[in-house]
Amino acid sequence: MASCDFLPGVLCKFPAMSDQYIRDARKVIDDGFKGLVREYAGLIDVVTQPLQWFLNYLERLFTSSPWIVVLAVMLVIVYFASRSMRITIGTVVGMLLIGVMGLWADTMVTLAIVTVATLIAIVIGLPIGILMARSDRIQGAVNPILDVMQTLPSFVYLIPVVVIFGIGKVPGLIAVVIYAVPPMIRLTNLGIRLVDAEVLEAADAFGSSPGQKLWNVQIPLALPTIMAGINQTIMMSLAMVVVASMVGVGGLGKNTLQAINNQFFTFGFMNGFALVAIAIIFDRASQAFGKRLQKHSEVVHG
Amino acid sequence: MASHGIEIRNLYKIFGPRGRDYVESVKAGMTKAELNEKHGHVLGLKDISISMPAGGITVVMGLSGSGKSTLIRHINRLIEPTIGEVVYDGTDICRMNEKDLREFRRHKTAMVFQKFALLPHRTVIENTVYGLDIQGVPRAESTRRGRYWIERVGLSGFENHYPNQLSGGMQQRVGLARALTNDADILLMDEAYSALDPLIRVDMQTVLLDLQAELKKTVVFITHDLDEALRLGDKIAILRDGKVIQQGTGQEIVLSPADDYITAFVKEVNRGRVIQARTVMRPFDGIMDGVRLAANATLETAAKQITEAGQSRAIVADENGAPVGLLDLPTIIAAMVTPASHSAEKMAAE
Repeated sequence: MASCDFLPGVLCKFPAMSDQYIRDARKVIDDGFKGLVREYAGLIDVVTQPLQWFLNYLERLFTSSPWIVVLAVMLVIVYFASRSMRITIGTVVGMLLIGVMGLWADTMVTLAIVTVATLIAIVIGLPIGILMARSDRIQGAVNPILDVMQTLPSFVYLIPVVVIFGIGKVPGLIAVVIYAVPPMIRLTNLGIRLVDAEVLEAADAFGSSPGQKLWNVQIPLALPTIMAGINQTIMMSLAMVVVASMVGVGGLGKNTLQAINNQFFTFGFMNGFALVAIAIIFDRASQAFGKRLQKHSEVVHG
Repeated sequence: MASHGIEIRNLYKIFGPRGRDYVESVKAGMTKAELNEKHGHVLGLKDISISMPAGGITVVMGLSGSGKSTLIRHINRLIEPTIGEVVYDGTDICRMNEKDLREFRRHKTAMVFQKFALLPHRTVIENTVYGLDIQGVPRAESTRRGRYWIERVGLSGFENHYPNQLSGGMQQRVGLARALTNDADILLMDEAYSALDPLIRVDMQTVLLDLQAELKKTVVFITHDLDEALRLGDKIAILRDGKVIQQGTGQEIVLSPADDYITAFVKEVNRGRVIQARTVMRPFDGIMDGVRLAANATLETAAKQITEAGQSRAIVADENGAPVGLLDLPTIIAAMVTPASHSAEKMAAE
C-alpha cells in the first residue's frame, strides 16, 4: 500500500505477538484446563448424574407413553394455561401433523430436553434475578456476564462444555441452559425493579419483613414480566436444541443436523416446521397464561 | 382511644450523602437555597418541634415542597431523620432497631397514601387484611375483622372486586379500611384525599370525622388544602420550606396568622365555618333575651339560628347551659368578613 512507503513498519502492519508465543499460551491454557477437568472428573460426574437421570426419565416417559396419552395431557395443560379453545385446537392440529410426518418420537425427545432445560433455567434464573433486583452491585456484576452469554456465538461455548462434560445429552442440556437462562434472569430482575415504589412503601409502612415484601408484593407484581422471561427461555431453548445436536442431543435437532450434512432439503424443513409448531404452541399457551395473570389490572372502572 | 401523643423534637432532615455534616450550618442560618447551591444537599426539614395530642387529629399543612410528606414519613421512619427525636410512649422511634421498628409499624401505626398504594393483584378484602397478614393473624380472624371495616367505610358488596375495578374514592375507602383494620393507635394520612374529586373529598372527610368521634385515634393528616385542614384539624401546623411557621388551632390560625404567607392563605377561607361563637362574643349583659347558642357553635350556625328565630341577638351558653356572653348579627358579620391583609394595613398606615 502506498501509505506504507513512508509510515514506520510498526504502524503499518499490526505488531501481533509472535505466533510462537500465542501457540505456547494456548497450549498452556488448554492443557491446564484439560488437566483441571481430568482432576475433577469424579466430581463433575456426581454433579451431572442427577441431570442425566432426570433427563432420561422424562425422555423415557415421553417416548414410551402412548401418543394419545401424551397428547391428552398436553391438551389439558395447554387448555388450563390458556383457557382458549383456539390455542387448544391449534395444538391438536400441530401435534397430529407432526405425528403424520413420522416425527412423533423425535419431537418427544426434543420436548423432554426443552422441558428439563426450561425448569433448570427457572430454578437458576429466578433466584439470580431476585438477587440482582435487590442489589445494584450484584446487578453490576451479573449484567456483563449475561451480555457475554448472550452474544458469545453458541458454537464457542460448546467447546468448554464439551471439554468439561464430554459428548452427550447432558452437555447438550447444559449448553441449552446457558443459552436460555439470560432472559429469565434479566426479566425477573426487571420485573421486580419495576414494581411501583408506592406499593413497596405501603408494604414497608405496614411493617413487612424483606421476605414478606418479596413474596406478597414483589414476586406477584413482577409475575407477568417473569412469565415473559419463561416464554423467552422456552423459545431460546427450542432454538438451541438444534445447535446442541452437534454435541449429541437427539430429537428434531439431530435430524436437522443430518439434513444439513446430507442436503436432505425436505427432511430438514419437516423437522424445522415441527420445531416451529411446538414453539408456537408453547409461546401462545405461556403468553395466554401470562395475560391471565394480569387480569386484575384490566381497568373496568375508568 | 389512643393514650399516647407523638412528640416531635428538633427534627432535621437534610437529603444527601453527608447531610449530618451540614446540620450545624443550617442551625447557624444557612437557607435551603444556599445549602443546595453550595453543597448540593437538600434541606427537607428544619428544626421541627410539634406535639401531636393523643386522640386528636393533627393536620400538617403546606404546599408542595414544604416537607410535609417528609415529615409524616418520619413518624413511622420510612425516612431516616438526620437528627432529632420522634417520641411515642416514651420511646424515640428514631433510635429503634430494625426489629422494634417493624413491630412498631405493625402494631402502632397504619398509613393511608395519596395514590392509594393498594396491591393490584389482591381483592378488596385481601387488601384490607394486608396489615393483619403481615402480623401473622390467621385468615379466618383477619377476614372477619376486615369485613367489619369494609362495611364501616361503606364498601359492602365490593369485597371481591379488584382495586382497578373501583373509582378513586372507593379505592381510598379501601385504603382507609386497610389502615383501620390494623387497629393501630396512630393513623397516618399522607394527602389521603388530595387525589379525590371535591365532593368525594368532603364525603371522605365526613367518614373520617365520624369514625374519629368513635375511635379517637392519634391521627396525623397531611394536606395542601387549608379548608380541609380547618375542617379536620384539632391542631394545625403550617409548614413552609421545611419549617413550621405557625401551629395552633384552626381558629388561632385564621384569627391571627403569623405572617403574610399564612395571611394570604387565610384570606380565601370561609371564616364563618371556622370561628366559634365564644371567640367573638361580647360580655354577657344580664338580659336574657334572644336564642341560646353553644359556645363552640360556628358563626355560620349562629347566624342561621338567630335569623331563623327572627331575632338579632343570641345568648352564648357554656356546656352547662349557663350564659357566658352574647352575640349579635353585626358582630357576626364583622367577624365573618375577611379583614384587610397585613400588607393592606401597612399601605394604609404609610
